Amino acid sequence: MYVIIVGGGDVGRHLCKEFLNMGHEALVIEKEAKKCECLKDELGSVALCGDGCEITVLTKAGTARADMFIAVTDEDDDNLAACQIAKQKFNVPQVIAKVNNPKNEHIFAKLGVERTVDAVALMLENIKAQTAVFPLTHLLSLRERGMELFLLRVAQGSLVGKQVKDLSLPLGSVVSLLIREERESRIPDPDTVLEPGDQLVCLIPRGSEESLRAIVS
Amino acid sequence: MNVVIMGCGRVGAELAHLLDAEEHKVTILDIDPDSFDKLAPDFHGTALLGDATDEEALAKANIAEADAFVAVTREDDKNAMAAQIAKQIFNVPKVICRIYDPLREEFYESLGLEGISPTVVFARLLKEKLEK
Repeated sequence: MYVIIVGGGDVGRHLCKEFLNMGHEALVIEKEAKKCECLKDELGSVALCGDGCEITVLTKAGTARADMFIAVTDEDDDNLAACQIAKQKFNVPQVIAKVNNPKNEHIFAKLGVERTVDAVALMLENIKAQTAVFPLTHLLSLRERGMELFLLRVAQGSLVGKQVKDLSLPLGSVVSLLIREERESRIPDPDTVLEPGDQLVCLIPRGSEESLRAIVS
Repeated sequence: MNVVIMGCGRVGAELAHLLDAEEHKVTILDIDPDSFDKLAPDFHGTALLGDATDEEALAKANIAEADAFVAVTREDDKNAMAAQIAKQIFNVPKVICRIYDPLREEFYESLGLEGISPTVVFARLLKEKLEK
């Protein structure tokens, strides 16, 4: 697979390294000559110095034959422009943009860049997953299926003693896994009684996050 | 006409004046407070600190009620993004943006955006003068 990455900062550099390690062909497009030199010193000839929003630069990079195009600069307007051009002009099949401002996710979607990585949200959910003080952690977006995967932690309080079937989960939800301390994880029955410390992996329809939040708050 | 301008550089400030002099309602946005020094003391419009690629800043500028939006910062991608937000999210009837790069201007035209490339306009003008 040929992967083009726009933005040669830490994120772009490490992404490039990972793709190369997976055996793919990768190229980083970076404006700053100094960063390009560093990339070349470290990873070989995988950097192109130029503006990844410029059509001439993208042509030189061979964007027309790219299988994947990822824009990870610190400027959302640059990421949007690069991805729109890659998608509409060069017909790259997989186009993904980093959004630095979480509010821009829906704007990108409306402007034709549906696949985005919200850097702040990702970090926040990771913090939540690692600290166990938050009852709800968003694990994964299954966008093409319109579903979201959440981890729900049962703390002391209103959920303890309830049966799984009595959780008023959003319509179309599935409780897919129960993780219990020192016991084997399993698929819970509808009448499984919740205990403090239980963790439930729930698949819910996209857009119903608020009603899930209401259950744990 | 109610016009929102993003970018209070020389072009933005000049346009603000022209419109203001004809008693149009003008709101001008910029991320640099010093940029507003370019506005004349008798400017009747509103100068707002903010980035028009930020949906909230545009909302503050009452973009939803604007008849027109013009993006003239020095960055092509900022202008293109702000113009697309004004057009697609806020449904502003008339949206124009400046895109220096002629190839990109052509590209945004293909997306339905009205762009002006000063590079192309000025080159044409120079050619005309030379041929006279």
